[in-house]
Amino acid sequence: MARIGVFVCHCGTNIAGVVDVARVAEAARGWPDVVFATDYKFMCSDPGQALVKDTIVRENLDRVVVAACSPRMHEPTFRKACAMAGLNPFLFEMANIREHCSWVHEDREEATRKAIDLTRAAVAKARLLEPLQSRTVPVTQKVLVVGGGVAGIQAALDMANAGLKVVMVERRQSIGGRMAQLDKTFPTLDCSACILTPKMVQVAQHPNITLHTYSEVEQVRGFVGNFSVTIRRKARFVREDVCTACGVCIEKCPKKVDSEFEEGLGKRKAIYRDFPQAVPGRPVIDREHCTYFQNGKCRICEKFCEPGAIFWDDQDALIEEQVGAIVVATGYDLLEPDRLRPWGYGRYPDVMTGIEFERINNATGPTGGRIVCKDGREPQAVAILHCIGSRDRNHRHYCSRVCCMYALKFAHLIREKTTATVYNFYIDMRAFGKGYEEFYDRLLHEGVKFIRGKAACVTDEAMTPEEQGRLVVVAEATTLGEVIRVPVDMVILASAITPQRDAPEVARRFGMGLSPDQFFLEKHPKLEPFGTATDGVFLAGACQSPKDIPDTVAHAAAAASTAMSLVFRGIVEVEAQTAEVDAEACSGCKVCQDACPYGAISFLADRKVAEVNGGLCKGCGTCVATCPSGAIRGKGFTDAQVLSQIDALFA
Amino acid sequence: MGDRFEPRIAVLCCNWCTYAGADLAGTSRMKYAPNVRLVRVMCSGRVDPAFVLRAFQDGADGVLIAGCHPGDCHYINGNHKTMRRFPVLQRMLRQWGIEEGRIRLEWISASEGDVFVRVVNEMTEAVRALGPLDWRTRAAMVVPETTHSPAE
Repeated sequence: MARIGVFVCHCGTNIAGVVDVARVAEAARGWPDVVFATDYKFMCSDPGQALVKDTIVRENLDRVVVAACSPRMHEPTFRKACAMAGLNPFLFEMANIREHCSWVHEDREEATRKAIDLTRAAVAKARLLEPLQSRTVPVTQKVLVVGGGVAGIQAALDMANAGLKVVMVERRQSIGGRMAQLDKTFPTLDCSACILTPKMVQVAQHPNITLHTYSEVEQVRGFVGNFSVTIRRKARFVREDVCTACGVCIEKCPKKVDSEFEEGLGKRKAIYRDFPQAVPGRPVIDREHCTYFQNGKCRICEKFCEPGAIFWDDQDALIEEQVGAIVVATGYDLLEPDRLRPWGYGRYPDVMTGIEFERINNATGPTGGRIVCKDGREPQAVAILHCIGSRDRNHRHYCSRVCCMYALKFAHLIREKTTATVYNFYIDMRAFGKGYEEFYDRLLHEGVKFIRGKAACVTDEAMTPEEQGRLVVVAEATTLGEVIRVPVDMVILASAITPQRDAPEVARRFGMGLSPDQFFLEKHPKLEPFGTATDGVFLAGACQSPKDIPDTVAHAAAAASTAMSLVFRGIVEVEAQTAEVDAEACSGCKVCQDACPYGAISFLADRKVAEVNGGLCKGCGTCVATCPSGAIRGKGFTDAQVLSQIDALFA
Repeated sequence: MGDRFEPRIAVLCCNWCTYAGADLAGTSRMKYAPNVRLVRVMCSGRVDPAFVLRAFQDGADGVLIAGCHPGDCHYINGNHKTMRRFPVLQRMLRQWGIEEGRIRLEWISASEGDVFVRVVNEMTEAVRALGPLDWRTRAAMVVPETTHSPAE
């Protein structure tokens, strides 16, 4: 007979405010095998855990049930407490009476009844729990970093400097990411490239970092501590061991293509590097646009390449890497351009996005850093429209977090370089970071005009002679309570930061979840904003949510240190709740083999029975439900355990 | 509540998507009908049809099976098995006279707290309209013992 202890948590008023916790404990005292039941203010606190530990010893408990929050939150906490008191941690069960009860129901009676039901079901299952042993396996001493923006760079350098081997994969020709495209950074106005490029060079030269640019992660297999990753290294048609990155080929290539790095405002060649300070500096040939690949003629690059690095027969290579942990730092994209049409984007040449303005303002950009309209004139007035697609139910609900500040930065730079009047159309000014409010204050005194009201549209239909031939921003100035029309020559749209377009696919590849806004879902929004649903896979930077540079760097460093604490420990516990075949009952039909997503089930031909490899099994239980003979047990979720829960709830 | 019939609904769901989606409904303080009771398994692929039968046999008026969206399964493709088993289960239940509205399969992700709430509320109303199942008395003659597991 079991000796079960039941602990009902108040969670302050989170549970006790709705559920009559004393009644739940009282009900539990009446159930078979329950020898102890109590309620307590905060079960997860130190004294709460001590209460569990002391009671295990004092009452000689052999099963523990805690009715509190989600097991996804505190199951590990209480399992640890059980283990410390000498109880096998798998003899613990949790009833979720917070997320699934007190927080979603208002009627005290209904909620209390449900809490009692859920606790009874947990007790029923607990009665049938068995002790399980966790096994440990060694952790591969190498980490994969996906994405070479500032987040990936920071994470990779932190880990490599600590002596860990790092493999970095970047989809573009060069690392550097979005930050490399920026001109100045707010609020300090230091040059983005000046602070980033030295770090890019460090990555390339670091003895502990293997850099694969122009490459993508194609497949991820395995589990925490032991991932095998397939990387597709795209054919670049330039021999990396021979190329000296002299750049003559780029100069001579006759084919011009819109540059992705310049946001289509400038051109690159068919053999190219993303930007002059690209790392690595060796160019790649863009097969899609190369004249030789298109019609079999040209080969000018080859003719001018003195070292003979052009290699037309290059092919994609698949590289296999074994890593213990993965840091995903895939960054962000910007709002789909067609959503910007109401604000004139794509209709008027002098309406541009923030990132396009970054390039125009940059000394290496398409205008050499001169702020000019498409016709070469210097603008007399510039409007910066905040929250284009952000904080907007028609587009993205969230705040993109960086726009207010870069809008201020733009205003300052425009006034520094031109005589233009600058208008900021904003909803709220969000200057939340260190030194940000001070920067806002500075701009208020620099004569920049701030209009509180979101721009409704941008039009070229003039209503007054003054508007003739100019762009007119129409907005409701909420402080005046009237619609105003402001004629300008250039409009900059602070368009929303969005997840990468392929975020759902990437999430699937790495076993991560997605938030409602499609950014990658963190393990815990406050305590583990860099973890994911898959152990050993961590998040860094704006792929989790919009972030400015300081926050991205801090997030990346946190992801790196968490990955390091996993890898340097050297061992990791693997799933104990695995499947197990009862050879006596197995009919040898092999249906389970097809059901297993991990190939963890093998067929022993000599004995004509199936066998589960506990190291490969993840404990999903699909084989258990599939076996027509009922010969497979899913430890921790056996038929008897689940059925006992169902009985306790509905019988 | 009055004399209105309050159905009892079992939710058999996976740990990673639907259970987490229900957690999100909680952390977002959304409100839904208190008629559901969740039973967590690691993957919807673990949901043995016997669990569903047992719930009906025990007195549940409806059963919701829920897991990750196809392609999003934490265990690669466990939910594909659920998807393929479901039509068979539906047919079996139909033969036993259990109305179609009492069993439902839904894909609810960890970010879809609102979908969880909608599905639970819809299902509660649908089953309420069907009235009590009381399958134990209705079908005592035809239903065999649902536990099939010699391993237990």
